[in-house]
Amino acid sequence: MFAYYLELGLRSLRRNPALTALMVMAIGFGVAASMTTYSVFRAVSGNPIPDKSAQLFTPLIDNWGPQQNNQGEPPDALDYVDATALMRAHEAKRQTLLYQVQMSVMPGGNRDLPLAANGYAVYGDFFPMFEVPFQYGSGWSTQDDKARSADVVISDELNQKLFGGVDSVGRTINLNGHDYRVVGVTRHWNPKPRFFDLFNTGGFKDASDFYMPYTRALDLKMRSVGSNSCRGKITYTTWEDFLQSNCVWVTAWVELDNPAAVARYRHFLESYAADQQKAGRFAWAPNVRLHDVMQWLDFRQVVPPESRISLLVALGFFVICLVNTIGLLLAKFMRRAGEIGVRRALGASRREIYTQYLIEAGTVGLAGGVLGLLLTAAGVAGVGVLFPPQIAKLAHLDFSLVGLTLLVAILATVLAAFYPAWRAAHVQPAWQLKSN
Amino acid sequence: MKLHPILAALRKHKAGTVLIALQIALTLAIVCNAIFIIGQRVERVNRPTGLNESNLFLISQQWVGAPSADAPDGVEKLDALQREDLAALRNLPGVASVAPINSLPLLNSSWTGSVSLKPSATIGDKTGTRTAYYFSDEQVLSTLGLKLIAGRNFNAGDVQHQGFRDSPPRPIVIVTKALADKLFPQGSAVGKVIYSDGSSSPSTIIGVVARMQTPATGSWGNDFAWYSTLVPTRMDANFARYAVRTKPGQLDATMRAVTPLLYKVNPLRVLDDNSIRPFSEIRAKAYRADKGMAVLMGVICLILIAVTAAGIVGLTSFWVGQRHRQIGVRRALGARKIDILHYFQIENLLIAGAGAVIGVVLSIGLNLWLITRYEMDRMPVLYVLVGVVAMLILGQLAVFVPARRASNVPPVSATRAA
Repeated sequence: MFAYYLELGLRSLRRNPALTALMVMAIGFGVAASMTTYSVFRAVSGNPIPDKSAQLFTPLIDNWGPQQNNQGEPPDALDYVDATALMRAHEAKRQTLLYQVQMSVMPGGNRDLPLAANGYAVYGDFFPMFEVPFQYGSGWSTQDDKARSADVVISDELNQKLFGGVDSVGRTINLNGHDYRVVGVTRHWNPKPRFFDLFNTGGFKDASDFYMPYTRALDLKMRSVGSNSCRGKITYTTWEDFLQSNCVWVTAWVELDNPAAVARYRHFLESYAADQQKAGRFAWAPNVRLHDVMQWLDFRQVVPPESRISLLVALGFFVICLVNTIGLLLAKFMRRAGEIGVRRALGASRREIYTQYLIEAGTVGLAGGVLGLLLTAAGVAGVGVLFPPQIAKLAHLDFSLVGLTLLVAILATVLAAFYPAWRAAHVQPAWQLKSN
Repeated sequence: MKLHPILAALRKHKAGTVLIALQIALTLAIVCNAIFIIGQRVERVNRPTGLNESNLFLISQQWVGAPSADAPDGVEKLDALQREDLAALRNLPGVASVAPINSLPLLNSSWTGSVSLKPSATIGDKTGTRTAYYFSDEQVLSTLGLKLIAGRNFNAGDVQHQGFRDSPPRPIVIVTKALADKLFPQGSAVGKVIYSDGSSSPSTIIGVVARMQTPATGSWGNDFAWYSTLVPTRMDANFARYAVRTKPGQLDATMRAVTPLLYKVNPLRVLDDNSIRPFSEIRAKAYRADKGMAVLMGVICLILIAVTAAGIVGLTSFWVGQRHRQIGVRRALGARKIDILHYFQIENLLIAGAGAVIGVVLSIGLNLWLITRYEMDRMPVLYVLVGVVAMLILGQLAVFVPARRASNVPPVSATRAA
């Protein structure tokens, strides 16, 4: 019976072409607008490290005080003194500090112009903590951190540019006039959003070129090329003064496996800040935070407001299209009241009429979904109009989106058809037959 | 015409009536808010920066292996590199003027601080305000095309240089009119003294420019969007930005000539695809999201209106078909064509009116919700009123075709079977 109703439904698409076209277009546009904006929303609001997002935490300590902090919230990064103290305390299973650095790969081989390279100064724990995938070699060890070695991990893109993509572990590259030994080459790795560095980025940036030991970067007095946020009167002139200032520029991450470890770490942060208060460095009560990955993404509002608003508008639009579809389906079904009367008189139950018209609505939804799919493809290709390129290129039409588009179109139309089909099923056969 | 028969008939078509009214209400709510958003974005995009934006481009470049600004003579060496570049650029044919500068309006890379009327002021001081600094030299006004409305321009003797992280005194500054008015509401700011960033050493305002936007376009910069301060200082770091004004019509040629020229001056530097950008590109990038939002809202409004109109046409046509016989009876009893036409028009007016009333509530509610969630501004009532009128007109236009078909039903159909 299902196949038969489906065939009837498909056939009736052609019966009132204008009415049907209106419905198909309404559903098509509605579902396309929703799916296009959803594809962007999905891309920017996803979990960048699903299996570990609940175990990675970024600690924050208020070193600015209630007068100068961000309306009660501690600054979004640490100053050097606190960052160093957390690292030295070693209270978590794994921990790293990081900041953005930029260097130039000096000319060499067949390149006669220098190459700009963006990277991070990190601790060896960075690689296992964030599950950085390696093509060749690996990260460096805690001993290397302590030895302040001139090691570097480079990305596959940089490896391609410098060494033509071969295994370059053990080779040397010259960055800003210093030689570094390549210890590892990552596979393409660019988590989106870049949860570990929301202090310096909006979350969406091109992949980094290299990672170097934090200790080494400090030895070279390398400043962060990312944000540096200070409060009060800026008095520092030398590197040492800068390190001791209240400027925040270092991001810290710790890995904590279970709630007990999290509670312990939170307690450690509190007592650290309390110690600073006792020592007279802070003139205020401890004000610390420990955000996990998803909380941190939410706190830093990584999802652009455009994305939320356009998703909302698109959903509102879809609702109107559905209201419209209810009306048009009602018109389409009730036009055939006479036909329904005959079927009912010949013994069809209300349930059967109901089923038939729901299936017919499903075919309208299917047609709308197919149109919607085409429009979604066009929409996804055109999101660059609304979003910056780093975000726009995240939106893409994949298998799940195609399936979702069709499913939403059909389900929504069938849902919209509940009332019109109910009306159709309640047509009085006697009345219809009499008036004919 | 009496309304009673129309209302009585509508009671027989509750579902359709409610659907049309609901659709009009929702459309009104979304279209009003969308057009309000479009209006705001267009206003934002169209606000002038205060710059003469044509024939202007920006070079952002970085030296490789340059001395550190922290080293003792590093600043001097870096300054020499910068002066070398400036001299070469100023000699380029097609160049009208060049100024080193830390940022430009809409570039979203800003150096912000606060200026106050009192020395050593702390944050929260009532006499001060936030500002964005532009560090440049004596050619900044001519290069950017800023209009000096009081006082004098910087001259070459005023220009200092400093390391990127240093904060020496700033003896003289030029401020925007907006900032001058904010600090000195009583009048002329020229010759007055202000203190920047809690410093204890005074800065004298020597000139006032008509208008210059700050670099930030994000909402965090809205409070001080026009409070710019110009400081006659070359910033020395391992990177530098140069604003270049070309002679009319020579923008493209000059931009092409820059890369080989700078490499000839000093090959140890990084210049990539993004290093040389015309101001038009900076503007386009800064407002991309705003423009996109306006386009998206516009497209959605158009489709929405089309869908609603189509819905009205569809349902009314259905009603006309259903009431074919009754229309015939009315015609046979003496109703004129125009009476039938009016009947459907008034019916639509009633439904659309009811929908619009609900829509007004919805649109104001939606706006209030957007205010709390997305820092949107309050929508003027005018938008809603215009929206209501537009919805009523839309309803009338949409109903016209089916209503005319109804009026063309011949009286004789009263005698035929339906």
